[in-house]
Amino acid sequence: MSILTVNHLKKSYGEGADRHVVIDDVSFALKRGECYGLLGPNGAGKTTTLRLCLGLTVPDSGQITLVGYEVPRGARQARMKIGVVPQMDSLDPDFTVEENLLVYGHYFGMQPSQIHARLDWLLEFSNLANKRHARLGELSGGMKRRLTLARALVNDPDLIFMDEPTTGLDPQARHMIWERLKALLATGKTILLTTHFMDEAERLCNRLAVIDHGRMIAEGEPRDLIAQHIEAQVVEVYGDQAIRWAEQARALAKRVEVSGDTVFCYTQHAEPLLQNLSHASGLRYLHRPANLEDLFLKLTGREMRD
Amino acid sequence: MSALNYRLPALSPRFIPVWRRNLLVWRKLAVASVIGNIAEPMITLLAFGYGLGSLLQQIEGVPYIEYLASGSICMSVMMAASFESLYSAFSRMHVQKTWEALLNTPLELDDIVLAEMLWAASKAMISGLAILLVLFGLGIGVHPTTLLVPPLLLLTGVCFASIALIVNAIAKAYDFFTYYFTLVLTPMIFLSGVYYPVSQLPVWLQSLANMLPLGAAVRLVRPLLLGGVPEDPVGDLAILLIYTVVGFYLATVLTRRRLLK
Repeated sequence: MSILTVNHLKKSYGEGADRHVVIDDVSFALKRGECYGLLGPNGAGKTTTLRLCLGLTVPDSGQITLVGYEVPRGARQARMKIGVVPQMDSLDPDFTVEENLLVYGHYFGMQPSQIHARLDWLLEFSNLANKRHARLGELSGGMKRRLTLARALVNDPDLIFMDEPTTGLDPQARHMIWERLKALLATGKTILLTTHFMDEAERLCNRLAVIDHGRMIAEGEPRDLIAQHIEAQVVEVYGDQAIRWAEQARALAKRVEVSGDTVFCYTQHAEPLLQNLSHASGLRYLHRPANLEDLFLKLTGREMRD
Repeated sequence: MSALNYRLPALSPRFIPVWRRNLLVWRKLAVASVIGNIAEPMITLLAFGYGLGSLLQQIEGVPYIEYLASGSICMSVMMAASFESLYSAFSRMHVQKTWEALLNTPLELDDIVLAEMLWAASKAMISGLAILLVLFGLGIGVHPTTLLVPPLLLLTGVCFASIALIVNAIAKAYDFFTYYFTLVLTPMIFLSGVYYPVSQLPVWLQSLANMLPLGAAVRLVRPLLLGGVPEDPVGDLAILLIYTVVGFYLATVLTRRRLLK
């Protein structure tokens, strides 16, 4: 049985003319042990989906089953087996690293002895063993994220919800989080990840769904999705002359997109493009395989979102 | 969603770990906190008690400082409970996102509201007890009847914490609390017989004053602290309980509406 099943979920806010649909008929199911990604621009409905799955808000219609419990009715019992890494830092600034973990364990009804039995492992896992008695103010952003991850593991959850876990971190800190998440997946944990970092999704997710305006617009394994929706090769062209050159490109590539002063050419065969570019002056270019970002931009458009 | 918001608050012992969390934070700053909570009322008490007391001599048959002390202990409990349920609870709810972290665990919002209410009341009672000890030092309130005062201070704290959590639930920012303090609590102090008897007020104002929760608390605590018995204990307890029950219900409903969207 699936560890999380979401069926025809709908949620809207407001009444009458102000009615605004945030989740519009979304369905998906997580397999045990996989990392499933929810991708979408800001405001697409990712966080609302997580809140609905946790039973923190009631859907207009649709069914959610989380670790065997029907949500929202059984949400409290379900959350016993769930860990959450929220988007915003919500650690207790008045407590030390260790106290943060101890106090959080109490919320799950754990006895102090049970929490202490896990403490060493949690600190080891999050690379915070030497910060055990440090106050929160002494931790870097990456350490705080790792502590948030350790906190989400206090109750030994089967499924971990991660809402943009690496937003705002430097590359070193991001890599360390990714590496920790992979370690969790290797132990059989299931992860539901929201992100708008495509490299993050590509590295971690076994399967992912692209959500926009509350609707699921694509779902599958990252490589399959790219193959399905995007031409295999991409040539990015920059420089003063790039925009003018784009006119010739249209005859050589299957699809051409202009964003700022960059021209994106999508094609199955890049040879004619590359040949043309080798004669052109005042242009720089990059030839690469299509990636998840190309897919994402094709599906959700290039306009800015807030 | 709306119908669910109006159901009765779920009271459960699950609130205990949240209450303990607040206690643990408070213990780190306890000394400063208690000194802060008793310094202000003690300064007022001594200044008015001796300053004004030398002019007034007696009021309702007791020295003015004793009259004032027995009223201002209720006022201090009211203020301590309100501060905790407004500024401190708001920072846990809105700024530090502590409540958000709590909601991701097997706790319900009702558990958190109950914990905050009881914590604010506990903290207010602690400062009330500290003031009581200082009063004993001044020779005020050394009567067997004073044993009944601590539970009443706790009830006063519970009552004002519940009301303040309504304000917390509708606040957009800290500034909003100033209105509550200056437009609600300060006038209530002057209408509740803390500094002078309510009988000094115009008659129409007296009937309003008699329905206020702080007045009820003062009418219960003052005689006990001075070695007597309250005139209408059932009526005054009923006033405090009604404000508590209605206040806590509204606070729970409004907090659900705010956070469980």
